[in-house]
Amino acid sequence: MTEIRFTIDGRACLAKPGQTIVEAAKANGVYIPVLCHYEGLKPAGSCRICTVRVAGRYMAACTQPVTEGMAVENTAPDLEDMRKSLIEMLFAEGNHLCPSCEKSGNCELQALAYRYRMMVPRFPYLWPVRTVEAGTPLVMLDRNRCVQCLRCVRGVRARDGRKIFASVRRGARVAIEIDRKLAARLSEEEARRAMDICPVGAILRKGTGFAKPIGKRRFDRTPIGADIEKGIGR
Amino acid sequence: MGKPVIATASLAGCFGCHMSLLDIDERILKLVELVEFNKSPIDDIKEFTKPVDIGLIEGGCCNSENVHVLRDFRKNCKVLVSVGECAIMGGLPALRNGIPLKECLEEAYLNSPTIAPEDRLIPNDEDLPIILDKVYPCHEIVKIDAFLPGCPPSADLIWEALTALIEGRPLHLTYDLVKFD
Ligand code: SF4
Ligand code: SF4
Ligand code: FES
Repeated sequence: MTEIRFTIDGRACLAKPGQTIVEAAKANGVYIPVLCHYEGLKPAGSCRICTVRVAGRYMAACTQPVTEGMAVENTAPDLEDMRKSLIEMLFAEGNHLCPSCEKSGNCELQALAYRYRMMVPRFPYLWPVRTVEAGTPLVMLDRNRCVQCLRCVRGVRARDGRKIFASVRRGARVAIEIDRKLAARLSEEEARRAMDICPVGAILRKGTGFAKPIGKRRFDRTPIGADIEKGIGR
Repeated sequence: MGKPVIATASLAGCFGCHMSLLDIDERILKLVELVEFNKSPIDDIKEFTKPVDIGLIEGGCCNSENVHVLRDFRKNCKVLVSVGECAIMGGLPALRNGIPLKECLEEAYLNSPTIAPEDRLIPNDEDLPIILDKVYPCHEIVKIDAFLPGCPPSADLIWEALTALIEGRPLHLTYDLVKFD
Protein backbone atom coordinates (compact mmCIF):
# COMPACT_ATOMS: atom_id res chain seq x y z
CA MET A 1 0.00 0.00 0.00
CA THR A 2 1.39 3.42 -0.91
CA GLU A 3 1.79 5.90 1.83
CA ILE A 4 0.57 9.46 1.67
CA ARG A 5 2.91 12.22 2.79
CA PHE A 6 1.39 15.25 4.47
CA THR A 7 2.23 17.71 7.24
CA ILE A 8 0.54 18.88 10.42
CA ASP A 9 1.77 22.28 11.58
CA GLY A 10 4.80 21.75 9.39
CA ARG A 11 5.68 18.38 10.88
CA ALA A 12 6.12 15.57 8.32
CA CYS A 13 3.53 12.79 8.72
CA LEU A 14 2.52 9.63 6.91
CA ALA A 15 -1.01 8.36 6.26
CA LYS A 16 -2.62 5.31 4.75
CA PRO A 17 -4.98 5.84 1.82
CA GLY A 18 -8.51 6.52 3.02
CA GLN A 19 -7.48 7.65 6.50
CA THR A 20 -9.17 10.76 7.79
CA ILE A 21 -7.05 13.63 9.11
CA VAL A 22 -8.03 12.75 12.70
CA GLU A 23 -7.04 9.09 12.29
CA ALA A 24 -3.80 9.87 10.50
CA ALA A 25 -2.90 12.55 13.05
CA LYS A 26 -3.46 10.06 15.84
CA ALA A 27 -1.25 7.49 14.13
CA ASN A 28 1.47 10.16 13.99
CA GLY A 29 1.12 11.08 17.65
CA VAL A 30 -0.74 14.34 17.04
CA TYR A 31 -3.95 15.06 18.91
CA ILE A 32 -6.76 16.82 17.08
CA PRO A 33 -9.58 17.35 19.57
CA VAL A 34 -12.84 15.55 18.77
CA LEU A 35 -16.20 15.39 20.48
CA CYS A 36 -18.81 13.92 18.16
CA HIS A 37 -16.27 11.46 16.78
CA TYR A 38 -16.02 8.00 18.33
CA GLU A 39 -13.70 5.32 17.16
CA GLY A 40 -15.51 2.63 15.21
CA LEU A 41 -18.53 4.78 14.32
CA LYS A 42 -19.09 6.43 10.98
CA PRO A 43 -18.00 10.07 11.45
CA ALA A 44 -20.84 12.61 11.55
CA GLY A 45 -18.92 15.88 11.41
CA SER A 46 -21.49 17.57 13.60
CA CYS A 47 -19.60 19.31 16.41
CA ARG A 48 -16.74 20.93 14.48
CA ILE A 49 -14.37 20.83 17.45
CA CYS A 50 -11.92 19.04 15.11
CA THR A 51 -11.86 21.92 12.62
CA VAL A 52 -8.44 22.32 10.98
CA ARG A 53 -7.27 24.57 8.17
CA VAL A 54 -5.88 23.37 4.86
CA ALA A 55 -4.82 25.92 2.25
CA GLY A 56 -6.91 28.58 3.98
CA ARG A 57 -10.05 26.43 4.04
CA TYR A 58 -11.67 25.14 7.21
CA MET A 59 -12.64 21.49 7.34
CA ALA A 60 -13.80 18.86 9.79
CA ALA A 61 -10.74 16.68 10.35
CA CYS A 62 -12.88 13.70 11.41
CA THR A 63 -14.59 13.41 8.02
CA GLN A 64 -11.90 14.69 5.65
CA PRO A 65 -9.54 12.10 4.12
CA VAL A 66 -5.85 12.95 3.91
CA THR A 67 -4.47 13.66 0.45
CA GLU A 68 -0.89 13.73 -0.82
CA GLY A 69 0.99 16.88 0.14
CA MET A 70 -1.79 18.25 2.35
CA ALA A 71 -0.52 20.91 4.81
CA VAL A 72 -2.80 20.77 7.84
CA GLU A 73 -2.89 23.61 10.35
CA ASN A 74 -3.96 22.27 13.74
CA THR A 75 -2.70 24.54 16.51
CA ALA A 76 -2.81 28.03 15.01
CA PRO A 77 -3.93 30.37 17.83
CA ASP A 78 -7.07 31.47 15.98
CA LEU A 79 -8.09 27.84 15.34
CA GLU A 80 -7.53 26.92 18.97
CA ASP A 81 -9.57 29.91 20.07
CA MET A 82 -12.38 28.96 17.73
CA ARG A 83 -12.43 25.46 19.22
CA LYS A 84 -12.43 26.93 22.68
CA SER A 85 -15.38 29.13 21.76
CA LEU A 86 -17.29 26.04 20.54
CA ILE A 87 -16.68 24.35 23.87
CA GLU A 88 -17.82 27.47 25.70
CA MET A 89 -20.92 27.65 23.53
CA LEU A 90 -21.84 24.08 24.47
CA PHE A 91 -21.55 24.95 28.16
CA ALA A 92 -23.72 28.04 27.73
CA GLU A 93 -26.44 26.41 25.62
CA GLY A 94 -27.03 23.41 27.90
CA ASN A 95 -27.37 23.07 31.65
CA HIS A 96 -23.97 21.83 32.78
CA LEU A 97 -23.85 21.68 36.54
CA CYS A 98 -20.65 19.70 36.79
CA PRO A 99 -20.58 19.51 40.62
CA SER A 100 -23.79 17.48 40.58
CA CYS A 101 -23.07 15.44 37.44
CA GLU A 102 -22.22 11.76 37.61
CA LYS A 103 -20.00 12.02 34.56
CA SER A 104 -17.81 14.71 36.08
CA GLY A 105 -14.17 13.66 35.85
CA ASN A 106 -14.98 11.24 33.02
CA CYS A 107 -16.71 13.73 30.71
CA GLU A 108 -15.15 14.59 27.37
CA LEU A 109 -16.75 18.04 27.15
CA GLN A 110 -15.45 18.93 30.60
CA ALA A 111 -12.04 17.47 29.73
CA LEU A 112 -11.90 19.62 26.59
CA ALA A 113 -12.78 22.66 28.70
CA TYR A 114 -9.90 21.78 31.04
CA ARG A 115 -7.53 21.30 28.16
CA TYR A 116 -8.51 24.64 26.66
CA ARG A 117 -8.43 26.33 30.07
CA MET A 118 -12.03 27.52 30.00
CA MET A 119 -12.56 29.45 33.22
CA VAL A 120 -15.97 30.79 32.20
CA PRO A 121 -17.87 30.69 28.89
CA ARG A 122 -17.68 33.95 26.95
CA PHE A 123 -21.40 33.61 26.07
CA PRO A 124 -24.35 34.25 28.37
CA TYR A 125 -25.97 31.13 29.81
CA LEU A 126 -29.23 30.29 28.05
CA TRP A 127 -30.70 28.03 30.80
CA PRO A 128 -32.82 26.01 28.37
CA VAL A 129 -35.70 24.04 29.84
CA ARG A 130 -35.06 20.39 28.98
CA THR A 131 -36.55 17.15 30.18
CA VAL A 132 -35.13 14.03 31.77
CA GLU A 133 -36.27 10.59 30.68
CA ALA A 134 -35.84 8.01 33.43
CA GLY A 135 -38.55 5.56 32.42
CA THR A 136 -36.32 2.69 31.35
CA PRO A 137 -34.88 0.17 33.78
CA LEU A 138 -31.13 0.47 33.21
CA VAL A 139 -30.37 3.85 31.63
CA MET A 140 -31.57 7.41 32.01
CA LEU A 141 -31.38 10.24 29.53
CA ASP A 142 -30.73 13.74 30.87
CA ARG A 143 -31.19 16.11 27.96
CA ASN A 144 -29.83 19.02 29.99
CA ARG A 145 -26.34 17.70 29.26
CA CYS A 146 -26.83 16.46 25.70
CA VAL A 147 -24.48 18.05 23.15
CA GLN A 148 -26.22 16.52 20.10
CA CYS A 149 -23.14 14.59 19.02
CA LEU A 150 -25.37 11.73 17.79
CA ARG A 151 -22.90 9.15 19.05
CA CYS A 152 -25.77 7.28 20.73
CA VAL A 153 -27.85 7.43 17.55
CA ARG A 154 -25.00 5.99 15.51
CA GLY A 155 -23.66 3.52 18.01
CA VAL A 156 -26.36 2.07 20.27
CA ARG A 157 -28.51 -0.60 18.66
CA ALA A 158 -30.74 -3.42 19.76
CA ARG A 159 -29.65 -6.99 18.95
CA ASP A 160 -31.75 -6.98 15.78
CA GLY A 161 -29.98 -3.82 14.61
CA ARG A 162 -32.77 -1.37 15.37
CA LYS A 163 -31.73 2.04 16.68
CA ILE A 164 -32.54 2.81 20.33
CA PHE A 165 -31.79 6.54 20.22
CA ALA A 166 -33.03 8.98 17.60
CA SER A 167 -32.75 12.69 17.01
CA VAL A 168 -36.07 14.56 16.74
CA ARG A 169 -36.97 18.14 15.79
CA ARG A 170 -34.48 20.69 14.47
CA GLY A 171 -32.55 23.81 15.40
CA ALA A 172 -32.73 24.95 19.00
CA ARG A 173 -35.50 22.44 19.72
CA VAL A 174 -33.56 19.38 18.60
CA ALA A 175 -33.62 16.58 21.17
CA ILE A 176 -32.67 12.95 21.58
CA GLU A 177 -35.49 10.45 22.04
CA ILE A 178 -35.10 7.00 23.49
CA ASP A 179 -37.15 4.00 22.35
CA ARG A 180 -38.44 2.84 25.70
CA LYS A 181 -39.45 -0.62 24.60
CA LEU A 182 -36.11 -1.41 22.99
CA ALA A 183 -34.20 0.27 25.81
CA ALA A 184 -36.01 -1.93 28.32
CA ARG A 185 -34.36 -4.94 26.72
CA LEU A 186 -30.80 -3.65 26.98
CA SER A 187 -28.45 -5.97 28.84
CA GLU A 188 -26.26 -4.66 31.66
CA GLU A 189 -23.30 -4.71 29.29
CA GLU A 190 -25.16 -2.81 26.56
CA ALA A 191 -26.39 -0.21 29.04
CA ARG A 192 -22.81 0.33 30.18
CA ARG A 193 -21.72 0.75 26.57
CA ALA A 194 -24.48 3.30 25.92
CA MET A 195 -23.19 5.32 28.86
CA ASP A 196 -19.63 5.07 27.60
CA ILE A 197 -20.56 6.09 24.06
CA CYS A 198 -22.11 9.32 25.34
CA PRO A 199 -19.24 11.81 25.78
CA VAL A 200 -21.12 13.70 28.48
CA GLY A 201 -23.46 12.78 31.33
CA ALA A 202 -26.61 12.68 29.19
CA ILE A 203 -26.87 8.89 29.14
CA LEU A 204 -26.26 7.39 32.55
CA ARG A 205 -26.28 3.81 33.72
CA LYS A 206 -28.79 3.75 36.57
CA GLY A 207 -27.88 2.50 40.02
CA THR A 208 -24.10 2.89 39.95
CA GLY A 209 -23.54 6.61 40.53
CA PHE A 210 -20.15 8.13 41.27
CA ALA A 211 -18.39 4.78 40.99
CA LYS A 212 -14.86 6.20 41.10
CA PRO A 213 -13.63 8.67 43.73
CA ILE A 214 -12.31 12.13 42.83
CA GLY A 215 -8.66 11.84 41.87
CA LYS A 216 -9.09 8.45 40.21
CA ARG A 217 -11.37 9.45 37.35
CA ARG A 218 -10.37 9.49 33.71
CA PHE A 219 -9.42 13.14 33.34
CA ASP A 220 -8.53 14.04 36.93
CA ARG A 221 -4.80 13.95 36.34
CA THR A 222 -4.28 13.51 32.58
CA PRO A 223 -5.63 15.91 29.98
CA ILE A 224 -7.75 14.54 27.17
CA GLY A 225 -5.50 13.71 24.22
CA ALA A 226 -2.39 13.19 26.34
CA ASP A 227 -2.39 9.48 25.50
CA ILE A 228 -2.15 10.31 21.78
CA GLU A 229 0.56 12.90 22.30
CA LYS A 230 2.64 10.72 24.59
CA GLY A 231 6.26 11.08 23.63
CA ILE A 232 5.88 14.33 21.73
CA GLY A 233 6.08 17.72 23.36
CA ARG A 234 3.28 20.16 22.77
CA MET B 1 2.47 51.31 50.57
CA GLY B 2 0.64 49.25 53.14
CA LYS B 3 -0.40 45.64 52.78
CA PRO B 4 -2.89 44.75 50.03
CA VAL B 5 -6.43 44.84 51.36
CA ILE B 6 -8.80 41.92 50.78
CA ALA B 7 -12.57 41.65 51.13
CA THR B 8 -14.77 38.57 50.71
CA ALA B 9 -18.49 37.86 50.49
CA SER B 10 -20.78 34.90 50.09
CA LEU B 11 -23.86 35.57 47.95
CA ALA B 12 -26.04 32.63 46.85
CA GLY B 13 -23.47 30.03 47.85
CA CYS B 14 -22.94 27.53 50.65
CA PHE B 15 -19.79 29.08 52.19
CA GLY B 16 -17.83 26.11 50.84
CA CYS B 17 -15.48 28.44 48.96
CA HIS B 18 -14.76 30.36 52.16
CA MET B 19 -14.12 27.01 53.84
CA SER B 20 -11.73 26.14 51.04
CA LEU B 21 -9.90 29.43 51.64
CA LEU B 22 -9.48 28.41 55.28
CA ASP B 23 -8.23 25.05 54.01
CA ILE B 24 -4.90 26.64 53.07
CA ASP B 25 -3.94 25.37 56.53
CA GLU B 26 -0.83 26.87 58.10
CA ARG B 27 -0.34 29.11 55.09
CA ILE B 28 -3.03 31.20 56.72
CA LEU B 29 -0.36 32.54 59.09
CA LYS B 30 1.57 33.74 56.09
CA LEU B 31 -1.61 35.20 54.58
CA VAL B 32 -2.32 37.39 57.60
CA GLU B 33 1.20 38.73 57.29
CA LEU B 34 0.80 39.37 53.58
CA VAL B 35 -2.62 41.04 53.53
CA GLU B 36 -5.12 42.98 55.55
CA PHE B 37 -8.77 41.86 55.57
CA ASN B 38 -11.57 44.37 55.25
CA LYS B 39 -15.29 43.61 54.78
CA SER B 40 -15.51 39.84 55.19
CA PRO B 41 -17.22 37.18 57.28
CA ILE B 42 -13.71 36.13 58.29
CA ASP B 43 -13.20 39.23 60.48
CA ASP B 44 -16.90 40.19 60.66
CA ILE B 45 -16.38 43.69 59.26
CA LYS B 46 -19.83 44.51 57.86
CA GLU B 47 -19.15 47.59 55.73
CA PHE B 48 -16.18 48.71 53.66
CA THR B 49 -13.96 51.02 55.71
CA LYS B 50 -11.36 51.70 52.99
CA PRO B 51 -10.66 50.98 49.32
CA VAL B 52 -9.94 47.33 48.72
CA ASP B 53 -7.41 45.76 46.35
CA ILE B 54 -8.87 42.28 45.90
CA GLY B 55 -12.50 41.24 46.35
CA LEU B 56 -13.38 37.57 46.41
CA ILE B 57 -16.99 36.71 45.60
CA GLU B 58 -18.50 33.34 46.38
CA GLY B 59 -22.00 32.51 45.13
CA GLY B 60 -24.22 33.88 42.40
CA CYS B 61 -27.11 36.32 42.61
CA CYS B 62 -30.48 34.92 43.58
CA ASN B 63 -32.03 38.02 45.18
CA SER B 64 -31.85 41.82 45.29
CA GLU B 65 -29.59 41.76 48.35
CA ASN B 66 -27.00 39.68 46.45
CA VAL B 67 -27.07 42.20 43.60
CA HIS B 68 -26.66 45.09 46.04
CA VAL B 69 -23.66 43.45 47.78
CA LEU B 70 -22.07 42.55 44.45
CA ARG B 71 -22.39 46.09 43.10
CA ASP B 72 -20.97 47.42 46.36
CA PHE B 73 -17.98 45.12 45.94
CA ARG B 74 -17.47 46.26 42.38
CA LYS B 75 -17.48 49.86 43.50
CA ASN B 76 -14.98 49.28 46.31
CA CYS B 77 -12.60 46.64 44.89
CA LYS B 78 -9.87 47.21 42.35
CA VAL B 79 -9.83 43.55 41.29
CA LEU B 80 -12.94 41.44 41.62
CA VAL B 81 -12.68 37.65 41.50
CA SER B 82 -15.50 35.11 41.01
CA VAL B 83 -14.66 32.18 43.24
CA GLY B 84 -16.36 28.84 42.60
CA GLU B 85 -19.04 27.42 40.32
CA CYS B 86 -21.95 29.35 41.90
CA ALA B 87 -20.29 32.70 41.23
CA ILE B 88 -19.23 31.59 37.75
CA MET B 89 -22.35 29.82 36.51
CA GLY B 90 -24.97 29.95 39.25
CA GLY B 91 -23.98 26.54 40.58
CA LEU B 92 -26.47 24.33 42.34
CA PRO B 93 -28.81 27.23 43.23
CA ALA B 94 -29.22 27.63 39.45
CA LEU B 95 -30.96 24.25 39.37
CA ARG B 96 -34.09 26.33 39.90
CA ASN B 97 -33.55 28.29 36.70
CA GLY B 98 -35.75 25.96 34.69
CA ILE B 99 -38.62 26.11 37.19
CA PRO B 100 -41.02 29.06 37.31
CA LEU B 101 -40.46 31.15 40.46
CA LYS B 102 -44.08 30.71 41.57
CA GLU B 103 -43.67 26.93 41.59
CA CYS B 104 -40.41 27.20 43.55
CA LEU B 105 -42.01 29.34 46.25
CA GLU B 106 -45.09 27.17 46.45
CA GLU B 107 -43.00 24.04 46.78
CA ALA B 108 -40.79 25.55 49.47
CA TYR B 109 -43.41 27.32 51.57
CA LEU B 110 -46.81 25.77 50.82
CA ASN B 111 -46.52 22.20 49.57
CA SER B 112 -43.40 20.87 51.25
CA PRO B 113 -44.27 17.86 53.43
CA THR B 114 -42.18 19.22 56.30
CA ILE B 115 -44.30 22.37 56.78
CA ALA B 116 -46.97 22.33 59.47
CA PRO B 117 -50.38 23.28 57.98
CA GLU B 118 -50.63 26.43 60.11
CA ASP B 119 -47.23 27.67 58.82
CA ARG B 120 -48.09 27.55 55.14
CA LEU B 121 -47.27 31.06 54.02
CA ILE B 122 -45.10 32.55 51.33
CA PRO B 123 -42.94 35.15 53.13
CA ASN B 124 -43.85 38.64 52.02
CA ASP B 125 -42.26 41.30 54.16
CA GLU B 126 -40.87 44.54 52.80
CA ASP B 127 -37.64 43.95 54.73
CA LEU B 128 -36.97 40.75 52.81
CA PRO B 129 -34.89 40.90 49.63
CA ILE B 130 -36.80 40.32 46.39
CA ILE B 131 -36.13 36.94 44.79
CA LEU B 132 -34.86 37.21 41.20
CA ASP B 133 -36.52 35.31 38.37
CA LYS B 134 -33.33 33.28 37.97
CA VAL B 135 -30.00 32.75 39.69
CA TYR B 136 -27.38 34.78 37.79
CA PRO B 137 -23.62 34.33 37.65
CA CYS B 138 -21.76 37.39 38.95
CA HIS B 139 -20.24 38.41 35.61
CA GLU B 140 -23.71 38.84 34.14
CA ILE B 141 -24.37 41.54 36.77
CA VAL B 142 -21.03 43.37 37.09
CA LYS B 143 -17.62 43.17 35.42
CA ILE B 144 -15.48 40.40 36.90
CA ASP B 145 -11.71 40.38 36.47
CA ALA B 146 -10.78 36.76 37.21
CA PHE B 147 -12.48 33.40 37.62
CA LEU B 148 -11.49 30.51 39.89
CA PRO B 149 -13.58 27.45 39.04
CA GLY B 150 -14.33 24.50 41.30
CA CYS B 151 -17.00 23.38 43.73
CA PRO B 152 -15.23 24.51 45.77
CA PRO B 153 -11.96 25.59 44.15
CA SER B 154 -9.15 23.76 45.91
CA ALA B 155 -7.22 25.55 48.64
CA ASP B 156 -4.12 25.28 46.44
CA LEU B 157 -5.89 27.03 43.56
CA ILE B 158 -7.08 29.85 45.82
CA TRP B 159 -3.62 30.18 47.36
CA GLU B 160 -1.89 30.29 43.98
CA ALA B 161 -4.36 32.86 42.66
CA LEU B 162 -4.20 35.04 45.76
CA THR B 163 -0.41 35.09 45.96
CA ALA B 164 -0.17 35.78 42.22
CA LEU B 165 -2.56 38.72 42.58
CA ILE B 166 -0.73 40.04 45.64
CA GLU B 167 2.68 39.75 43.99
CA GLY B 168 1.37 41.02 40.65
CA ARG B 169 2.65 38.00 38.71
CA PRO B 170 0.79 35.88 36.14
CA LEU B 171 -1.27 32.95 37.41
CA HIS B 172 0.41 29.60 37.14
CA LEU B 173 -2.31 26.95 37.18
CA THR B 174 -1.27 23.33 36.71
CA TYR B 175 -3.71 20.89 35.07
CA ASP B 176 -4.82 19.26 38.31
CA LEU B 177 -5.73 22.59 39.95
CA VAL B 178 -8.47 23.65 37.54
CA LYS B 179 -11.58 21.51 38.10
CA PHE B 180 -15.28 22.28 37.84
CA ASP B 181 -16.29 19.99 40.74
S1 SF4 C 1 -21.97 16.45 31.15
FE1 SF4 C 1 -19.84 17.00 31.49
S2 SF4 C 1 -19.77 19.23 31.22
FE2 SF4 C 1 -21.92 18.62 31.46
S3 SF4 C 1 -22.35 18.81 33.65
FE3 SF4 C 1 -21.70 16.70 33.32
S4 SF4 C 1 -19.48 16.76 33.72
FE4 SF4 C 1 -20.11 18.87 33.40
S1 SF4 D 1 -27.34 11.66 24.48
FE1 SF4 D 1 -25.12 11.70 24.62
S2 SF4 D 1 -24.43 10.48 22.90
FE2 SF4 D 1 -26.54 11.00 22.49
S3 SF4 D 1 -26.46 12.88 21.27
FE3 SF4 D 1 -26.68 13.50 23.40
S4 SF4 D 1 -24.59 13.82 24.10
FE4 SF4 D 1 -24.45 12.63 22.21
S1 FES E 1 -15.20 15.57 15.93
FE1 FES E 1 -15.16 16.25 13.88
S2 FES E 1 -16.98 17.39 13.72
FE2 FES E 1 -17.11 16.54 15.71
